[in-house]
Amino acid sequence: MTSGATEPPKLTVPPAKPSNQGAADAGRDTLEPAISARDLSIFFGTHQVLKRVSIDIPARAVTAIIGPSGCGKSTFLRALNRMHELVPTARMEGQIRLFGEDIYARDIEPVVVRRRVGMVFQKSNPFPTMSIADNVTVGLRLNGMARGSMLSEHMEKALIMAALWDEVKDRLNAPATSLSGGQQQRLCIARALAVRPEVLLMDEPASALDPLATARIEDLILELKRDYTIVIVTHNMQQAARISDQTAFFYLGDLIEFGSTSKIFTSPSKRQTEDYVTGRFG
Amino acid sequence: MVHFDQELALLRNTLLTMASHAESSVKQAIRSLETRDYDLALLVRSEDSVIDRFEVELDEMAIQLLAKAPLASDLRLIAVTMKISQNLERVGDESAKIANRSRDLSQEPPLRLTAEIPRLADLALAMLKNALDSFVARDPAAARALIPQDKQVDALNKEIHRQLADQMIASPDTITRCLNLMVVAKSLERIADHAKNVAEEVVFLCEAEDIRHTGQGAGQPLPGRQPP
Repeated sequence: MTSGATEPPKLTVPPAKPSNQGAADAGRDTLEPAISARDLSIFFGTHQVLKRVSIDIPARAVTAIIGPSGCGKSTFLRALNRMHELVPTARMEGQIRLFGEDIYARDIEPVVVRRRVGMVFQKSNPFPTMSIADNVTVGLRLNGMARGSMLSEHMEKALIMAALWDEVKDRLNAPATSLSGGQQQRLCIARALAVRPEVLLMDEPASALDPLATARIEDLILELKRDYTIVIVTHNMQQAARISDQTAFFYLGDLIEFGSTSKIFTSPSKRQTEDYVTGRFG
Repeated sequence: MVHFDQELALLRNTLLTMASHAESSVKQAIRSLETRDYDLALLVRSEDSVIDRFEVELDEMAIQLLAKAPLASDLRLIAVTMKISQNLERVGDESAKIANRSRDLSQEPPLRLTAEIPRLADLALAMLKNALDSFVARDPAAARALIPQDKQVDALNKEIHRQLADQMIASPDTITRCLNLMVVAKSLERIADHAKNVAEEVVFLCEAEDIRHTGQGAGQPLPGRQPP
């Protein structure tokens, strides 16, 4: 890191807009694809998990990725912020562009990509030894993006965006683990939002939550799509139908069908998609 | 999925049972008219409640199935079943209307039926039968093929009304009977409309294409709504 504590890190890709409204509002045209993958193949060792996937994910919309276990949907999600590279044997071919910029270009740091493309996981994973407030600000502090009163301001805004502020504002110093499962997941979303990403990846973010907590997460996703591009992996067809604008169906590493969610769930074009969404797969 | 498939099959079979009742009620109503059969007319009226109960039962079954959040062709089948059953219920109502007029006409001196009424009845019945057959066979081509016949039915109904109006002018003593026949012709025309609706639902079921109201004005956004 070459910059001061209050300066954003030196980036090899254009920085997110220094706005508290989220970087995704940096003049992005809603018709411009946020993410364009071309002939994307991912290998773990000799095993090919994704097979020449090409897809344009629209900005400021929710795109659901569905498919049976092992179809490559989580790998695809992780490839969007280079997290799959944490597996030592991982190798990719093809190209992924984030608002036109090749995120796998030689001079692009994975850590910068991951700041621009945040991730929320299936199981909430707050840092157990940290307070609620510290969990939200940890990314900002590690990236040197804010300090002092700005830190508090960013924290509050992230918690408000994650629809958690009213529930925690009086106990910000309490351990994150004192929150319920649903609150912990929203805390993780606030943590991801705090560093002002452009894209939010969600890997089954509500699969471990009860229906009420799930509904809150879904409402939150619908709120967030005004400012962010969201890609969500889900096994829950009804959840995909409720919250997503576009749906992509993966099977055995192939992108079988990609289209509007209403089309995919009422009249899919491909037999495999029909069989999967009606539960008659295999 | 085995249980869900069984429930879908039960829904479909219940709809087909309802359809056979509706088709039968139309046939009996027409026969009561042609044969001046007072008792058969009363029977048709009383059996309308059976068709009504089918509609209620099918709605209950469909709601139960919708609660299981079906998708794609399953979702379309359930939605289409609800719409077809509503159309069949109205077919039953039209049969009951024909039966009412048939009952009244059977108590009056015979009036020679205009030649077109049996023809109209044949056309309407054929449309209903073909629409239901297309549902059973999931044959959207057959469903599409019968839809234009509705215009033929409409034209014939108009011609019958014109003939009956002439008859009333020529023989005022036949006015009551002519008015009854006008109602019969209108009911047959409505039965053909419902058959057309069923056919349109079959196309949606099979092809996921909504072909209703695709004539003039189709595709225009609703007032205050953005175009899709």
